[in-house]
Amino acid sequence: MSDSSEHRGKEDRGKCELSLTENGKPETVRVYPMERLLDVLRQELGLTGTKEGCGEGECGSCSVLMNGELVNSCLIPALQAAGTNLTTIEGIAQGPQLSALQAAFLECGGAQCGICTPGMILASSHLLEKKPKPTLDDIREGLSGNLCRCTGYTQIFDAVMEAARRGPA
Amino acid sequence: MRSDPADYELIAPGNLQAVVSLLAAEPGKWLTIAGGTDVMVLYAAGKLPARKLVSIWNLPELRGIEISPGEIRIGAGCTYSELREHEIIAREFPLLASAARWTGGIANQNRGTLGGNIVNASPAADSLPALLVYEAELILVSGRGERRVPYLDFHTGYKKMKLQPDELIRTICLGRKFSNYLHYSRKVGTREAQALSKVCVAAVGRLRGGVTGSVIDDVRIALGSVAPVPLRVTEVEWIVKGKPVEPELVQLTRKMTSWSRNFSSNCAAVGRRYE
Repeated sequence: MSDSSEHRGKEDRGKCELSLTENGKPETVRVYPMERLLDVLRQELGLTGTKEGCGEGECGSCSVLMNGELVNSCLIPALQAAGTNLTTIEGIAQGPQLSALQAAFLECGGAQCGICTPGMILASSHLLEKKPKPTLDDIREGLSGNLCRCTGYTQIFDAVMEAARRGPA
Repeated sequence: MRSDPADYELIAPGNLQAVVSLLAAEPGKWLTIAGGTDVMVLYAAGKLPARKLVSIWNLPELRGIEISPGEIRIGAGCTYSELREHEIIAREFPLLASAARWTGGIANQNRGTLGGNIVNASPAADSLPALLVYEAELILVSGRGERRVPYLDFHTGYKKMKLQPDELIRTICLGRKFSNYLHYSRKVGTREAQALSKVCVAAVGRLRGGVTGSVIDDVRIALGSVAPVPLRVTEVEWIVKGKPVEPELVQLTRKMTSWSRNFSSNCAAVGRRYE
């Protein structure tokens, strides 16, 4: 271990080994413990579906599920993700088969420019997990941490309602 | 400018004893980080002075809500989601449950902790007026042992508090004495959700003869976002206690509350530092 650390040289100093499960797949990467989970996902693991919006936990674009809980990946230091199960937007569809939520977003016009969409899908999926039959108020509250500058939200709320109506898929 | 992660150290010892030893060995050198909803914002903006961080997220000793007949003990690492979903908190301390619901969106409620909200010491924190009216007590832990202090005067000025550099908050204790009180809170922010309070009020009161009574038997009122620290307006409480609820009293209470906000000793001592 120490040998290989020396070979890694100066660039590697201060990094640690981080093991986690990403969309069911075990991964190990070497990162700085204070690297943002968002950057680990995008740069180390190539999961660029997770977007950066504000970078300060206000907009929800970087939402992922960590052990099933909705979190803002921009506010999580890599070390705190050690050993966790992460679900990103890449893990929502089953191969080419869109999830009921994704299909409903498409059909209802819940996505326009697309930057907020991965976060919206994850926040919605977290909501439907907890409340399979949400009221409009539940949806508004469940998505209150996710900002969209295109749709005016109505189509997004419609999409979540529609996905809930169809039930789990 | 954004921080370079290579400049920062972060460790996660995994138990409270190890964290406390670390703080004791180098007091003031280590910054504790729980859910990161405040610390990581400063970090992202390149404004985090600390270079050495120790994670207290998920420490078993800081988790959980213990219920005893006399009080409930909330681990400082409990998240807002845990607070708002807890049945006894919702029933007996509804102001704390609603403050938890008001704070951020779901993702931040899943990570933000009550202990973190106290040490972050924002005058606009919605949970703090609730802790004031419920007369919370804090258990602080360090290598020197534990001590229990009232929350009432814990915050002494803008971002200043009675917490030694080697200490951390372990538990927030709430006496179960408010079940026959009326609970009231209101937040006024820029928007309904995801907005800091412009003003936040938390109050509990008991009427003589129960909810249909008309004389104020006991009352506690606290305000957030109006001073460098969350403020309990005891002067107002003294004045309205024992009085019948009438339009004149409502007028007087309004006047006294704004007077209290401006001139309370708490405020005057630190007013210059208000940012």
